[in-house]
Amino acid sequence: MTNIPPPPMPGTKPILDPKSVVKDRSMEFQKELIGSYYDRLARSPETGEKTVATFVPGNLAELIQCFGLVPILPEINALQSGMRKQSGHYITEAERMGHSEDVCTYVKCDIGMFHEGNVGPTGAVLPTPDHLLLSYTGCFTFMKWFELLREEYGCPSTMLQVPYQARGEITPEMKAYVVKQLKTEVIPALEKLSGVKFDIDLLREKLTLSARAEDDLVAVLEAAKARPSPIDAYFGGVYYIGPIFTAFRGTQEGCDYYRVLREEVEERVRQRRGPTTPEGEMTDERFRLVVEGPPNWTNFREFWKMFYDEGAVVVASTYTKVGGLYDRGFRHDPSDPLGSLAEYCLGCYTNLSLPKRVELISDYVEEYGADGFLINSVKSCASFSAGQLLILREVEKRTGRAGGFIESDLVDPRYFSGANIKNRIESYLQMVEQKRAAGATA
Amino acid sequence: MKCFVGIDLGSTTSKAVVLDSDGEILGRGITNSRSNYEMASAIARTEAYVTTRFTLFERDLAERLCDQPEQERGALSSALQRAFRLQQYLMQLESLERTTEDLLDTRRYAPRRAVVRPRLRDIFGRLQDEAAALFAAGAKRRSDFFRDIAGSAYQAAAEDFADPQDAPFGLLLALYDKAILEVENEQLELGFQANIGPALERVIAEAEPAIADACRAAAESAANAELDEVRAVGTGYGRARLPFPRDQIRSEILCHGLGAHAMFPNTRTVLDIGGQDTKAIQVDDAGIVTSFQMNDRCAAGCGRYLGYIADEMNLGLHELGPLAQKAERKVRISSTCTVFAGAELRERLALGERREDILGGLHRAIVLRAMSLLARSGGVDDEFTFTGGVANNAAAVDALRDLVGENYGERQINISPDSIYTGALGAAIFALRDVQREAMKSEESMEAVA
Repeated sequence: MTNIPPPPMPGTKPILDPKSVVKDRSMEFQKELIGSYYDRLARSPETGEKTVATFVPGNLAELIQCFGLVPILPEINALQSGMRKQSGHYITEAERMGHSEDVCTYVKCDIGMFHEGNVGPTGAVLPTPDHLLLSYTGCFTFMKWFELLREEYGCPSTMLQVPYQARGEITPEMKAYVVKQLKTEVIPALEKLSGVKFDIDLLREKLTLSARAEDDLVAVLEAAKARPSPIDAYFGGVYYIGPIFTAFRGTQEGCDYYRVLREEVEERVRQRRGPTTPEGEMTDERFRLVVEGPPNWTNFREFWKMFYDEGAVVVASTYTKVGGLYDRGFRHDPSDPLGSLAEYCLGCYTNLSLPKRVELISDYVEEYGADGFLINSVKSCASFSAGQLLILREVEKRTGRAGGFIESDLVDPRYFSGANIKNRIESYLQMVEQKRAAGATA
Repeated sequence: MKCFVGIDLGSTTSKAVVLDSDGEILGRGITNSRSNYEMASAIARTEAYVTTRFTLFERDLAERLCDQPEQERGALSSALQRAFRLQQYLMQLESLERTTEDLLDTRRYAPRRAVVRPRLRDIFGRLQDEAAALFAAGAKRRSDFFRDIAGSAYQAAAEDFADPQDAPFGLLLALYDKAILEVENEQLELGFQANIGPALERVIAEAEPAIADACRAAAESAANAELDEVRAVGTGYGRARLPFPRDQIRSEILCHGLGAHAMFPNTRTVLDIGGQDTKAIQVDDAGIVTSFQMNDRCAAGCGRYLGYIADEMNLGLHELGPLAQKAERKVRISSTCTVFAGAELRERLALGERREDILGGLHRAIVLRAMSLLARSGGVDDEFTFTGGVANNAAAVDALRDLVGENYGERQINISPDSIYTGALGAAIFALRDVQREAMKSEESMEAVA
């Protein structure tokens, strides 16, 4: 009797295995892809390839490729600048030019970067776009952003009006309206820019590749339903969506990347391994969370650490759906090429109504067996933040799971208060724990 | 006796609460030491154990002098506590004097050393003479913290003893400012055992022999009582610096929720306005936090805001509330930004507004910020408990009462005189519950094996 060891204290198992800090094949692959994209972009003035600036939500990657054009993605440039600690400087530069403190910091970062020499994440100077293609209008700021860029670059622009899903559904009229604009405005503009005639069969080929990659991406994201989750669907998720949200949807490389990633993740599930973090594999999954809202980029690692240090893994996130809600069934469809492009633009997360967002988050909480959900409300993005407190209350009510609320910004380092955010996350997780304990004894 | 301790390291003060195995509060301690968290934690804990031993003293005395009226025993105990505080004060004063002397011996002060030294002795002579009066029955002190009490006495004496030529007031004050930091960082023996003896002698010098004997015996028993600290839980902003294992650190949100529930079991909404943050917390009927909101990015509307205003107006923090209550009309203050409020304050004064009316407006402004957090956290439910340092400010409480009434209707508003200890109390309860839970688990596993 005297030799019986006491039961282990809760939380004494190590959360991370620091010996397992390794780069997976998919990570290298992703890095190569993104690197090659930026190289291609930087070399475009020499190669003569024409460029089109466009945004992630509703991006028409396959269509752009049909004309041999290279996309420039200002949001991606801004978040890359944020991660490389350049954004603060660019934002100040834009403010010096007269942009208010309240303007979206992606916009200011982009404009500041242009004025500071337009140096991209690889250190090479990025080209100025030959055309501005605004293919998603659910974010009003996008329109204003491109108006500013049009002034800066003096290039032509095309705007695709994408109706908002105010009633929570895509109607046939909405789809027809977008298809009509694709035919009468977008395609002619891109033909004119590139001098290439539109080939619908080429588009079909690309959409076939898109759908294949989308299948694999969904398998990766849904693998988080396993316990332990093999991935972090927010902090890891933003890397996973990188290729498909940018220049690689509809490409063979994109397909290859998602196949490799899927195999890796499925292997992790078989081995019951937790997600990879910068400080090793998570070996003790203590909290499963759903996260709503974009991450903070200026302190991305620090922010992530606040989660994995506590054994918190994000099993589903809405941010990884801004470039498409593939897990809800949408696929690019070669049999309806323009129609599916229209549906894609109409269906991305930022185009959903508030009730639809509440429904989606509540479903995620249930489907992924989450202990709770957390909202990161960013100062820059009214599209995301408006109504988030309502979402919080409503999802709490529907799921009975604890909701948490933190505030930061996309790329303005002045709005990331590390001590405050850490305090809130810790408090939130302890609240979840306490609720769980109370539930267990009840 | 088994003790369970909660320590709340705040941005302005650090607090400690000691509980017994039944969850009864034995002692509370507080310090304003901000030099470092480990020191602050040690001081608050020592203080909490001092009051714990006083609790034991009172319990013991009640048995020994059960035939005496309770009032008289109470008077004895408070006389002893005052004498004890005086003793602590004298010890710290001695250390302060020693430190200023040492500073004077540094090269920097060499040219004036000979003139300044006798002035310093005069100052400290007076401080010692005045000490007893500071802790006499009914004496009003501006604060309970050594830094504040000694500081204002020193300043007054320095004004009298300064000599514009050779020992200017500024130099004397600079010596104090440097020395106090060192004194606050020094591990002085301020505990019960070290100081109760001289304090007791002072109190019982004129008492009847029977009473003096009972006091001596009770004090001895309190001093010798074995206090076994079974578990301590830390909370507050400095919690990561506490020398505790990770699972003995809790967020102050949870601690405030549980502490408020312990003080007022019907609490459903808690508002805590501390030095640097404001928290709106919703709790269930077991004190478990169900939702919370905190200020972020900006400390507007927190306790520091009032501190800043007090500095701007050259007033003590405690003087703000009473002045604001004299407001005839509340001036509308549009900025809750701490820094801008200073500018707005000066502008309003320049426009001829009354100081009281401006302060009335400022108190309303800070509470308005809190109202927004409360709304975001889910509103104000009945009963509503207000905690944190700002809950001691009557004008802030008035403003809160008005605004809660306007927005949510009739609500029972609870404010405990010990509200500043809410977080530490919650932490101490967590300490107790953790140990109880582990014991239960261990019993279960024993049964499973048997």
